[in-house]
Amino acid sequence: MPQAGFLQDWLRRATAVDWFLLALRIVVLAVVGTGFVAGLLHPRYGREEWFSFLAFGLTIGAIYALIALGYTMVYGILRMVNFAHGDVFMFGAYAACFSLIACNRAGILNAYPVISFTIAVIVCIAVSAGIAILGERIAYRPFRRGRSLAPLISTLGLSFVLEYSARGMFGAQNKSFPTMPGIDGIVAFAGFSVPRVQLVVVAAAVLTMIVLTLIVMRTRIGTAMRAVAEDKDAATLMGINVDRVIVFTFALGGALAGIAGLLYGLVFKQISFFMGFFLGVKGFGAAVLGGIGNIPGAMLGGYALGLVESLGPAAFLEGLGVTAPYQLRDAIAYTMLVMVLIFRPRGLLGERLSTARA
Amino acid sequence: MTLLLSATGISKRFGGLLAIDNVNLAVPKAAIHAIIGPNGAGKTTLFNCLTSFVKPSAGEIYLNGARIDGLRPDLVASHGIARTYQNIRLFPDLTAIENIMVGLDAKSPESLLGALFATPAHHRKVRDTIARATALLAAVGLVGRGDRLARHLPYGDQRRLEIARAMSIDPVLLLLDEPAAGMNPVESHAMLELIRRLRDEFGLTIILIEHQMRVVMGISERITVLDHGACIAEGTPAEIRENSAVIAAYLGARAAKHGMDALERQG
Repeated sequence: MPQAGFLQDWLRRATAVDWFLLALRIVVLAVVGTGFVAGLLHPRYGREEWFSFLAFGLTIGAIYALIALGYTMVYGILRMVNFAHGDVFMFGAYAACFSLIACNRAGILNAYPVISFTIAVIVCIAVSAGIAILGERIAYRPFRRGRSLAPLISTLGLSFVLEYSARGMFGAQNKSFPTMPGIDGIVAFAGFSVPRVQLVVVAAAVLTMIVLTLIVMRTRIGTAMRAVAEDKDAATLMGINVDRVIVFTFALGGALAGIAGLLYGLVFKQISFFMGFFLGVKGFGAAVLGGIGNIPGAMLGGYALGLVESLGPAAFLEGLGVTAPYQLRDAIAYTMLVMVLIFRPRGLLGERLSTARA
Repeated sequence: MTLLLSATGISKRFGGLLAIDNVNLAVPKAAIHAIIGPNGAGKTTLFNCLTSFVKPSAGEIYLNGARIDGLRPDLVASHGIARTYQNIRLFPDLTAIENIMVGLDAKSPESLLGALFATPAHHRKVRDTIARATALLAAVGLVGRGDRLARHLPYGDQRRLEIARAMSIDPVLLLLDEPAAGMNPVESHAMLELIRRLRDEFGLTIILIEHQMRVVMGISERITVLDHGACIAEGTPAEIRENSAVIAAYLGARAAKHGMDALERQG
């Protein structure tokens, strides 16, 4: 009987670590299961609430996904993590914030919201892509030749430089993000209601990801990116200027982070110089969750992280009688990350660096 | 006879190892030139120098009269040198036709905006690129396999695709690193035919590294023999066959008197 054979085989081979992991899986599944069942027995939330958790999860997940894409594309091409990416996102948020404030001063924010939004999108993309390109020049390219961890450390350093420059320029306190007219309020349909801004964010993020997919799959520079990711040397000898492709990759990732910054500001209405760190770690987590280097993986990982973080506390912590479960959402998100990596070390969609990259 | 490629005094030193020692190479237009030599003789390193993948420690390389040594590899490629690899280095997760389009695209950059807004000019360009890529696939005998991922192609087809990809940058000089490696006699005969056709139809100049003596002797007009990085002989196949230094390098001095025939019979 093959099943019994498998069990015997496992028992024969199992080491202490295997037993520990097995126990860990059982415990986690038991905790989640108990919490889930307990939550079902004493339902605390109605359909409406669950729907709004879901909507919020998709919103924050979209932002995570946009950030994760930048990590994953740079990793796919360079096998390196750009730790300054979160701060590129932060600068994008500030750029969007200041351009909306400027529009407001000029009096066009309320009169022409679409034009103002377009201006904000262009400015935040330009600023973030510019900073990403600059970062590549300063903190990455000089160290590319050596096979060391130097680029990793230098991007960490760049991250601090960016954070504290922002603190110096924009102040240490939170900055409130201008309110866009027309995206306030609640949209109701089929008995559910959802803040309009969340619809806007999800739509904008999906649109951005479609454009990204088209760039990567359909354009020449996208084909060049995929070629460089697979074999840098062979790509060079095909006449591809690898440096240019790398700069383009950083710029593309930066542009996505900039859009994420704008969307983040619209949803949370507050930005700070330090937020790049937290969101950067989440975005990196999302990229790893989906399988780093894998573009659809980053999208899936972002949404998965957002949904777990939003639904998780209500779904099983509440049932376990944890007080203020929502404050534990980060713990849940990272626990899930660890669990997924134990089961699937290469992430949900695998680390295949180039297969169906978009 | 005009020289397409002229390399003089090429040396490459890796630390204490002199991988290539003062090698000269003169290849006329539309010639098929072979480089042979025992393992570790420096053949692939010579290719790497020609493509600027490594910088030669000494020497000068001219292509069509223009000096190309020390240029960035992608610029050397745009001067018209393309190569294939001993161990196939396709882009495994791109489709066959995409592999070729990488090279076609690198030659004529497009505007990103044109692609995003799908302008008619962009469509024309894409149609043109696909047509050319399809023609190249046909030229190496891969009709109808354009949509398959490179890694799903059988080994012989991958070798052919690698040649088509090299052709995509519209080269004047094609460097083939063991094109018939791992092929049975029938396949390697087909490969010979293909190489000859590339020269005749496209007017390409071809330099190939090859171990199978049957292939080398059957196709090349001139042969350069490397051993321990140095050029020990240069000449027509008939001359090389009789050259005792070459036979000694391959079979050891004692076997030299049995001649090259035994080696050729081995394949």
